[in-house]
Amino acid sequence: MLTIKDLQVRVEEKQILKGLNLSVNAGEVHAIMGPNGSGKSTLANILAGKDGYDVTGGAVEYEGRDLFELSPEERAREGIFLAFQYPVEIPGVNNIYLLKAALNAIRAHRGQPPLDAVEFLQVVRQRMQLVKMDESLLNRSVNEGFSGGEKKRNEIFQMAVLEPRLAILDETDSGLDIDALKTVAEGVNTLRAESRAIVLVTHYQRLLNYIAPDYVHVLSDGKIIRSGDRGLAVELEEKGYDWVRQGAKAA
Amino acid sequence: MTDETAKVEELVHKEYEHGFVTDIDTDTVAPGLNEDVIALISAKKEEPEWLLEWRLDAFRHWTRMTEPGWAHVHYPTIDYQAISYYSAPKAKEDGPKSLDEVDPKLLETYEKLGIPLHEQKMLAGVAVDAVFDSVSVATTFKEKLADAGVVFCSFSEAVQNHPDLVREYLGSVVPVADNYYAALNSAVFTDGSFCFIPKNTRCPMELSTYFRINAANTGQFERTLIVAEEGSYVSYLEGCTAPMRDENQLHAAVVELVALDNAEIKYSTVQNWYPGDENGVGGIYNFVTKRGDCRGAGSRISWTQVETGSAITWKYPSCILRGDNSSGEFYSVAVTNNYQQADTGTKMIHLGKNTRSTIISKGISAGKAQNAYRGLVKISKNADNARNYTQCDSLLMGDTCGAHTFPYIETGNAGAIVEHEATTSKISDDQLFYCRQRGIDEEDAVNMIVNGFCKDVFKELPMEFAVEAQKLLNITLEGAVG
Ligand SMILES: Nc1ncnc2c1ncn2[C@@H]1O[C@H](COP(=O)(O)OP(=O)(O)OP(=O)(O)O)[C@@H](O)[C@H]1O
Ligand SMILES: [Mg+2]
Repeated sequence: MLTIKDLQVRVEEKQILKGLNLSVNAGEVHAIMGPNGSGKSTLANILAGKDGYDVTGGAVEYEGRDLFELSPEERAREGIFLAFQYPVEIPGVNNIYLLKAALNAIRAHRGQPPLDAVEFLQVVRQRMQLVKMDESLLNRSVNEGFSGGEKKRNEIFQMAVLEPRLAILDETDSGLDIDALKTVAEGVNTLRAESRAIVLVTHYQRLLNYIAPDYVHVLSDGKIIRSGDRGLAVELEEKGYDWVRQGAKAA
Repeated sequence: MTDETAKVEELVHKEYEHGFVTDIDTDTVAPGLNEDVIALISAKKEEPEWLLEWRLDAFRHWTRMTEPGWAHVHYPTIDYQAISYYSAPKAKEDGPKSLDEVDPKLLETYEKLGIPLHEQKMLAGVAVDAVFDSVSVATTFKEKLADAGVVFCSFSEAVQNHPDLVREYLGSVVPVADNYYAALNSAVFTDGSFCFIPKNTRCPMELSTYFRINAANTGQFERTLIVAEEGSYVSYLEGCTAPMRDENQLHAAVVELVALDNAEIKYSTVQNWYPGDENGVGGIYNFVTKRGDCRGAGSRISWTQVETGSAITWKYPSCILRGDNSSGEFYSVAVTNNYQQADTGTKMIHLGKNTRSTIISKGISAGKAQNAYRGLVKISKNADNARNYTQCDSLLMGDTCGAHTFPYIETGNAGAIVEHEATTSKISDDQLFYCRQRGIDEEDAVNMIVNGFCKDVFKELPMEFAVEAQKLLNITLEGAVG
């Protein structure tokens, strides 16, 4: 589904990704871990199509197409979803209104008719349960005044409604209390599907106790320096990133 | 003296002789403004003598006044002697013969607004002789209004049929010498709307100039007078979201509202005159005076406006809160794009006790446009317990536009509570990216954010008007980002 080859990315003269390789197939869950500033959000943003990054080398293929030829909205409509590390506030824009516009834009792209208000509300009610979203958040302005945890939950709720093919969750677990973490993880688990791939960016192995990944990758200094299964995350938790870095150097 | 002016002069004098009833067959007066021209206008409209005197009084004041220069707008000097102050409704043959002859850009806008074909023709000034739907709609409306005792007609008709009412209220809110443009309007206005709601009557429908078909050519100096007697209610809609074809560059209208005890007037405007092209060429100058007088105790006047058009807008719909417990409201969205300039706001003059006023102003600028809010809240000595709340928000799109806020507060009563809040924000790249990441294209994302910003004002508009206003905003800001 997604193939990243030797990806090199710069931001304002600073090389952030330095030859990153990653391959993700439908049905898989990948966890990406790595120290602060190693380039995890950069990777997520570049996949979603955010401005301000220079791709200086490498290629990304999504479902057989050159990802960089698609605009951010086209990527979204083709099924790429990014749960933001820091979801932005949009005052005055109703949360559920934005979501309806998003869903109908995606449906239009697929040649499906738009959902009317009643049909849409049915979908919303059902998906809300999935992440135990508080109903009062639906009619507030997008993320405005939401607590950190509410913002994260809202991202997963949007994901549940939009049903992406490739979901990238950038530190969705940070800022969540233990109960919220469990709920969100349960939500994500229900969304696991044969046709869907999930990429989790996280610092904590804690999340991986609830969402069992198929693969774990360590991103350090702009490269994936180690890949493994769940065991790698556990080991990482015990021994820290230095241990992997050493290993990478030795290899 | 040219032949033409000689002819006019001759006619004017003839009129004086014949008591203003002479049939005159010139359709347009030569450019220029003097007492004779005013007399001619008055004669053309078969006005009573007191009205002519009133006009002349205004004119004499005007000649001693100077054009105000304090507004945050710039334009070349207007030559008032180069304007023709009277022209009879244009013969239909002069207009385009069919929509094929109309500017395609205009048609595109009509399409986007979803305006039916026959109305497109009317708006674009296409000669149509068939009777279309809206005429019969208008007739039904008239009957319903007459049953309720509501008078709603053109200003000229009112002068003929309700001269006492006109005489009692005309100029009682905006005196002839109020300001430069109001004085000019008082001297030369040609038509407009008149509306009278009798005691304890709730006007059975929203009144809209749009349905008053004969208002199609009210010209550049429009006069509106609305009187709501004790305990009555009326909601009045001015303007139209569709851009009208209009050859006059200068517009200086006057609107007067009078609300007696416990009466309520809700006045909504959508203004979408030609703003000029992307390079700032052409476009209408809109210098309008709008004022409401809450004359009676417990009366209420609210102004809601959506201003997207005109090259220059100079407009301060105001309320005089004279009656005790009266209240005034001002809700405004002003959008400027390209080279448009808007200096708009309100004045709330608190005279009575326990008077309340609310001001919500939303300014949006894009391109190279300048948008200023100018507001005055004045609490007089006797206005015990007066309150005002002002909220003034600006939204900028891009780096080449400007937003300015000029709030003036004068309090002569220590018990007054005046609150003012102001914010300036930008549509951020992060907000746009967030929307786009969810599958919404940039244009729609901008619209969504802008409409969200204006929500507090839109909710004050009557339903269909709000929907249209939203569409209009989207069209106005098309291409403003990206
Ligand atoms: N717009 C920018 N301008 C300058 N530097 C940037 C910009 N965006 C990212 N960087 C830098 O790139 C590096 C990688 O940032 P990134 O946000 O991808 O890290 P991360 O792995 O997500 O870290 P964290 O775990 O703290 O979220 C950091 O050093 C950061 O300061
Ligand atoms: Mg990050």
